[in-house]
Amino acid sequence: MTKMYPRDNNHNPVIVTGFGGKDGHRRELTMPARYAINAILVALFVFGGNFLVGEGLISRYQTVVFEQIGVYVLMTVSLNIVTGYLGQLPLGHAGFMSIGGYACAIFIIRMMPLFGLDAQSMASGSTPAVILFVVGLLFGGICAALMGVVIGIPALRLRGDYLAIITLGFAEIIRVVLVNIDSALGFKLTGGASGLTGIPAYTGYLNTAIVASLAIFAIHTLMKSRHGRAILAIRDNEIAAEASGVNTTYYKTLAFVFSAFLAGIAGGLYAGCIGVMAPAKFGFMKSVEILVMVVLGGMGSMFGSVVSATVLTVLPEALRAFADYRMVAYAIVLILVMIFRPEGLFGSYDFSLSRIIKRVMNRDFPWNNDDSDEQTDVQVNAKAGVQANEQADTQVEATTDSKEA
Amino acid sequence: MAHKLTRRRFLEVAGTIAGSFALAGCSPKNQDPNSIYVGVMGPYTGDVAQYGLAVRSGILLYLKEFNKNSGAGGRQIVSIVEDEKGDSTEAILVYNKLLDENVCAILGDVTSTPTIALAQKSVLDNIPCVTASATAEDVVAHGNNMFRATVTDPFQGVVLAEFAKKQGYQRVGTIFNSGGDYEIGVNNAFVQRARELGIEVVSQQGYPTGAVDFNAQLTSIIGLDPDAILAPNYYQDNGKIVTQARQLGCKKPFMGADGWAGIIGGEQDYASAADLEGCFYCSAFVASNPDEKVQHFVKAYTEEYGEAPTNFCSLGYDAAMILCSALKTVEKRGYTYNSNEYRQAIIDAIASGVVEGVTGTLSYQGTGDPVKSTLIITFKDGKESIYDTINPS
Repeated sequence: MTKMYPRDNNHNPVIVTGFGGKDGHRRELTMPARYAINAILVALFVFGGNFLVGEGLISRYQTVVFEQIGVYVLMTVSLNIVTGYLGQLPLGHAGFMSIGGYACAIFIIRMMPLFGLDAQSMASGSTPAVILFVVGLLFGGICAALMGVVIGIPALRLRGDYLAIITLGFAEIIRVVLVNIDSALGFKLTGGASGLTGIPAYTGYLNTAIVASLAIFAIHTLMKSRHGRAILAIRDNEIAAEASGVNTTYYKTLAFVFSAFLAGIAGGLYAGCIGVMAPAKFGFMKSVEILVMVVLGGMGSMFGSVVSATVLTVLPEALRAFADYRMVAYAIVLILVMIFRPEGLFGSYDFSLSRIIKRVMNRDFPWNNDDSDEQTDVQVNAKAGVQANEQADTQVEATTDSKEA
Repeated sequence: MAHKLTRRRFLEVAGTIAGSFALAGCSPKNQDPNSIYVGVMGPYTGDVAQYGLAVRSGILLYLKEFNKNSGAGGRQIVSIVEDEKGDSTEAILVYNKLLDENVCAILGDVTSTPTIALAQKSVLDNIPCVTASATAEDVVAHGNNMFRATVTDPFQGVVLAEFAKKQGYQRVGTIFNSGGDYEIGVNNAFVQRARELGIEVVSQQGYPTGAVDFNAQLTSIIGLDPDAILAPNYYQDNGKIVTQARQLGCKKPFMGADGWAGIIGGEQDYASAADLEGCFYCSAFVASNPDEKVQHFVKAYTEEYGEAPTNFCSLGYDAAMILCSALKTVEKRGYTYNSNEYRQAIIDAIASGVVEGVTGTLSYQGTGDPVKSTLIITFKDGKESIYDTINPS
């Protein structure tokens, strides 16, 4: 049976995100209601989770795993901006993470005495500690973003594998500079090859969850805006975009720098979680690890990025009991997914809570229709021209989803 | 779409994985009243796995013997072994996992950076930690709960300087890898202490990592006619240095630190017996040590694992011994297992205890660095033998 799409006066199909009710009138959720529902769910996840951590219902080990998930979710969604939305292939994301981590950690260590704090009280959540944490994190992010400008302007003149190689080279330069800068400066800044130690433990469940939610919300709003549509247009056809008046250089650099900024923030959280930064950890393999997360989740799907970052962080931990085989299992999962879902787990699909709520409100369940209109949604979604609008609509809820991780 | 994984199927798989993770995380705490839980962590896979595995073998051998000997006050030590792959992120995860498993102390870590990460976290919980082999100065600087079984690199430099004084050397030259933390650490400490003791350091020659020809550096040292030459490098380099010096006609003795272990009698000989004759190096452990404890250890280790123990195995064995003797003392006091007083009592017992280990008699004097005797090993007819024992002053 062919599906009946609603049609306008000229008998052109009108694309909607579901099928109308029996009377053809579709109940809608207003925008403020959608935001309110999502905000409540995010708050529930953040503060409910924090309550469980405080009560000891989530063990310390699980809390650290959650913090790691938060860091990798940030890394993955930020790389997804460049890989998934802008359609470029950079291989230097770990470089931005290390810049942000070192900048944030050094800033906080140097500024602690000015705020009258010591290593213990940084984790206390007092007002000066929170202010220093926020300022330090932003400082790390801005340092990474500046490096993103420096690298992005020359690098983004290239594309494809040329861009991959130049960003890879820049990330290696960052790593080598971090190792050798101390002897060049003549005083102790990064700690050289043995690493930066004594970073206070300022990262916790609560601030990781809040930062990750804010970052996902920021990406969502960016991609829903005029700027986001320009970025998607560049991915779909750069020449057509330029011919339509999109300033491609500007928007490519914007996406790249925003991605670097968020990676820097992730690095800052990472530094506080581990307490030690060693340049060797931010080599080529770290960048590849993040890229694997993006590709596995589906390029251009923020929901996919969040899910795959979570799964790939949890998987080695869940398999810890199998000791020697855990890294093999990790590799097998990657191979199987790439064989059976080459476009990534979610392709370019993005989860939307309000779409589901609307469907429930309209009693529009999959079993009411002989053909799942879910698939229709995805296919419509994948059509290049409509994608910008559609994606913006569906991403409202990605914020919520990350929290389910 | 038939060949594709549907979204629903994927959610089922993801749900199963998440569920198994939740189950794994919710396993009940270990609370057997007849056991004491001790965490053992180190790199058992990855780039530095060789050190982690050697240390683990030593630790597990000692724990086995200790438990056979009725354990600590009748309680058995149960080891919970976790791999951290030489990575500080994994080390933090493992540390928290071990705490969830109700351990009262940790034997770890093995390499310096993850150990510093562990030290920074464990001080907040006051968990006693004993590392077998982390030599960075920073390791014990974060709190009183961290101890190590090995001596630091600078300490070996000081011991060598004092040995040089004892031997009556007036003029000493040094040749060292200027690209390695270890070599620089030993060299600088040696030079500083030697000058304090009135020994003239005639020349310090650095060479880059990976060098194979040392003739230039050696010629300039030999030209100044020193009484002895310090070569505080790893055995591959030292073998070439000694051989090339002998070819240049230098007959003076060479001195080195524990990086010399394995220069001869290991997988291959890096210098001939004749060239090595009369050279010295300092080390805490040598398998040919006639000491009864050492011979017992070498025999037990060879029976258990079918190979001779290395320096790292002996340090692991001693680290376990340090912790177990403290646990034995604490068990007599009757504190509640794993209470704050219990942990503090373990730390105090380690700090005040004296242990007769296979790497010498160990004690701590207010820091996490051990005070212990060091062996000076010499070469005679291609065999290593103990020349002298330097006791802590």
